[in-house]
Amino acid sequence: MNSSPTQGIRLEVRGLSKSYNGQPVLRELTFTVERGEVFVIMGPSGSGKTVLLKHLIGLELPDAGEILLEGEPVSAPETLTRHRVAMVFQSGALLNSLTVAENVGLYLAEHRLKPPAEIRRIVSEKLALLGLAGTEDRLPAELSGGMKKRVAIARALVIEPQLIFYDEPTSELDPLIAVTIGREICRLNRDLGVTSVVVTHDRDLAFGIAHRIAVLYAGRFLALGTPDEVRAHPDPVVQQFLRADFSFTAEPTPTLQPVAP
Amino acid sequence: MFHDLGEVLLLLGRTLRALPHTVRQGRKVMEQLFEIGNASLLMACLLSLFIGGVLALQTGPVMAERGLHHFIGQIVGLSMCRELAPVMMAVLIAGRIGSAMAAEIGSMQVYQEIDALRTMSINPVHYLVLPRLVAISIALPVLVIFSILVGWVGGALVAVTNYQISISLHGYVKSLGNGVDVMDVVNGLLKSFGFAVAIGAIACQQGLATTGGPRGIGRSVTKAVVNSIVVILLLDYVFTRLLMHLD
Repeated sequence: MNSSPTQGIRLEVRGLSKSYNGQPVLRELTFTVERGEVFVIMGPSGSGKTVLLKHLIGLELPDAGEILLEGEPVSAPETLTRHRVAMVFQSGALLNSLTVAENVGLYLAEHRLKPPAEIRRIVSEKLALLGLAGTEDRLPAELSGGMKKRVAIARALVIEPQLIFYDEPTSELDPLIAVTIGREICRLNRDLGVTSVVVTHDRDLAFGIAHRIAVLYAGRFLALGTPDEVRAHPDPVVQQFLRADFSFTAEPTPTLQPVAP
Repeated sequence: MFHDLGEVLLLLGRTLRALPHTVRQGRKVMEQLFEIGNASLLMACLLSLFIGGVLALQTGPVMAERGLHHFIGQIVGLSMCRELAPVMMAVLIAGRIGSAMAAEIGSMQVYQEIDALRTMSINPVHYLVLPRLVAISIALPVLVIFSILVGWVGGALVAVTNYQISISLHGYVKSLGNGVDVMDVVNGLLKSFGFAVAIGAIACQQGLATTGGPRGIGRSVTKAVVNSIVVILLLDYVFTRLLMHLD
């Protein structure tokens, strides 16, 4: 395992395509996430965001194209051991049979990177950082949705990642906790220089934390640029997605068309 | 079916390659051993007591009628060692432990816990499959030893107390001692080891192959138990022929 101090790494995607049962889900996506950047992938449900994320972290293999971390293919086993990469799953994906402390310290314990006492100290420190001090001995089933997500972030932080992927980090959370999570993502980026790739359909979060935003729709990027560039993008689908709101007093806002295969 | 078989063999190969990591997973092996023993020992003893008793009850009166009651201990002893204890314990473990393994790993698969392990560079075969396979391979032969002993006791209880058989305890034990030797017990233990590997590999493979939410977990559990029982019976025939040939 690489134990150098945290420093963001560069992610490059070239011509990524994927189909399931003949239905294209990702279509020739090409983009780069620079070191220390917060890159947000937005899009409506079913647009291929989570599938893209699974490809980026090597959980799925593409039909075509390549994904490179600092120039090395993510599919090569040594790439993910050379670079520290973490993922915060939408559900948290905490191991239900382990306590919070065991979940957070799992990476260090399984790879025997630190002695048990040191692991306990690091775990307590990371949990305190996310406002979860005192939850060490609780089981995931005893935590609220927001707490689970913060434990998942603490578990990712223990890896001292150079690149973090977040899958819908604020879904199922109330606005206050969502703001806390967004602030945490920014703080990690600012203090540690971590490269962050955030998949979300939460517009407030996206425009609050992103250096650049990509809008994914039907497996293609409709817009890619700084928040201001995306806000001003002329594509009608992008504008519909960005302007959809809950004002029912006037004419209802037109809904987005379902994602066509 | 052949796809599943191929997957099981691949998983078995990967687990065998991971065997040198067993010591690192020692704590999890112990936890699994406790789980298997704790969940199954009482049931195994109860089942074996009645199997031994029924065996004596079915064969005893007929043999006693023909003056062959001094063979009852031998029949109960050999049947328990070579056939009944290994097969019945394997079926019991497939139902109780194989199903639990498939359900637990299947649930971890559905709820992305296994993906989370992979993103932390933790190999699910080392972390989940290896401890379970090692634990079941140790636990099943141990349970079979208990089963054989309790089965003999069950046979003795019936043989001694049933008025149609009416053999003395000493006579039963002598008959058992004359008919059963260590190799018969070893024979049963070898079979049970083979069954344990098959149950563990099938259950873990089904768990890892789970898709589609809670319904998928249910489907994996059913397939794990049914496939295990079918494989146990097939392997039983193969092992029996092989061991007879070696005898």
